[in-house]
Amino acid sequence: MLGGAGRNVAIASLSTVVFFTVLILVVVNAPGWENVKHAFFDPAEFRRYFKTIAHAFVLNIKVFLVAEVLILTFAMGLAVVRSLPGPVFFPLRLIAIIYTDVFRGIPTILLVYLFGFGIPALHLAHVPNDPVKLGGFALVVIYVAYVAEVYRAGIVSVHPSQEAAARSLGLTRGQTLRTVILPQAVRRVIPPLLNDFIGLQKDTALLAVLGPVEALQRANIAAASEFNYTPYVATAFFFVVITIPQARFTDWLINRQNRRQMAGGQI
Amino acid sequence: MKKSLLAIAFAAVALAASACGSSSSSSSSSAPAGGSTGAACSPASNKTLTANTLTIGTDNPAYYPYFSGGPGHEWSGQYNNDPYKDKGFEDAVAYAVAKQMGYSPSQVKWAVTHFNQSFSPGPKNFDFYLAQVSIKPNRAQNVDFSAPYYAANQAVVAIKGNPITKATSLADLKPYKLGSQVGTTSYDYITQNIQPSQQAQAYNTTNDAIHALENGQIDGLVVDLPTAFYMTAVQIPKSTIVGQFAPSPGGDQWGLVLSKGSSLTPCVEQAINALDRAGTLEQLRQTWLSEKASAPVLQ
Repeated sequence: MLGGAGRNVAIASLSTVVFFTVLILVVVNAPGWENVKHAFFDPAEFRRYFKTIAHAFVLNIKVFLVAEVLILTFAMGLAVVRSLPGPVFFPLRLIAIIYTDVFRGIPTILLVYLFGFGIPALHLAHVPNDPVKLGGFALVVIYVAYVAEVYRAGIVSVHPSQEAAARSLGLTRGQTLRTVILPQAVRRVIPPLLNDFIGLQKDTALLAVLGPVEALQRANIAAASEFNYTPYVATAFFFVVITIPQARFTDWLINRQNRRQMAGGQI
Repeated sequence: MKKSLLAIAFAAVALAASACGSSSSSSSSSAPAGGSTGAACSPASNKTLTANTLTIGTDNPAYYPYFSGGPGHEWSGQYNNDPYKDKGFEDAVAYAVAKQMGYSPSQVKWAVTHFNQSFSPGPKNFDFYLAQVSIKPNRAQNVDFSAPYYAANQAVVAIKGNPITKATSLADLKPYKLGSQVGTTSYDYITQNIQPSQQAQAYNTTNDAIHALENGQIDGLVVDLPTAFYMTAVQIPKSTIVGQFAPSPGGDQWGLVLSKGSSLTPCVEQAINALDRAGTLEQLRQTWLSEKASAPVLQ
């Protein structure tokens, strides 16, 4: 007979194998599986459009890289404004609260439409007409609202005694925020930040509605041309592939941070 | 609009394929003189979605001049048209096909079907679908097409005063930013035949493309010629047709879409062929697609 741990491993393995075998059998033996396989998982279609979609995906990458830098910066500003203490700053806090409420509530695609087709229709001088910039701007506006809340959660999570200690050492309020509060706050919120960034990366596909041929729009064109959905699966593949290294990187960051905080100690 | 033009070689194959399809089915199933519905194709025996009812799918919004009855039912909004009104080219073709198949107008039901739904592998919400879908061999691997009911030319629409309006050849169009509806022959025409130096834009709906044109986000919009006439006359009065493109061999032919292997395909095929022979399709084209106004041909 197997002992405790060995027995658990055996049961886990068996249950996993049974579960996935049943799942695969159910899908593969479904009456329409051959149709679905042909429509969504056609290897020839996948290969045919892999390169063109990869090429189009470069636009998605450019958009989210630029957007991420802007979002990190502006969201920090918004979070700090919303955390300002004292009655004097009430109007600023109010603006920050309204901003967050409004832009977290608006469906992203609606704002992309509004900025992408609405701003150029105003015919203002010196305002860009480029749908990629306008759509990217809409994404930044939305995600600043999300990310500011994440930052604020981090700021709130730093124990008030930290601020009291820093102030008693003679640091100003600004210095305390910059050198004591924020470094701890940001470290704590890196995993949820990454979560939002993965959301942002997927939302770059919304720029398709404004006309730029990014990965999703390229897949739309391919699917309409072949009457086959496999190009969409190829697009999903690219989005998944870029998120996995980011998830592992975050895991590594968290582990490193834990090791440093423990300073070699163990609990 | 909802179509894709392949390279000339493929288009030739398309023509050959559709020609083969129509000849085989006309020899096998439309033997009765006049192409009237045979015993195999009657509302009572047809395996339609709903018994004794022909359900026809089309897009929403449904655009002029293919549908032109004005808004109604689920087709609401300024530029939308209710297909139940039997007005507009494709609307009239649909009702003519239904009549040819033995259905009275009250036995015709319309379903809102997004273009992407028209070729989904699962059960469909229509017996046949029409929305300017081009017949292509690649597409025909996944759906059944009827014989063509129309062949369309592509045209470029631009805002008056834009330098693109001075273009007189395909080469003249190269330096400009062009756009079209996504997944259409128009888009393929831009990328394959015009090959502009700037990335072409692809819009989800015609309305989005019109906004982009009005906003100056694109210089020229490529659409079917009948759509171009409507756009310049009604939707964007300050626009003009830069020109149309000479038809490519094999043409850009529109067919009715049915599920792959649908039992209705031979019946629909038979109806289209009968309408073609009787001159009804030509008559409907003259009624609904005014092509009297001429547009210069860009070579």
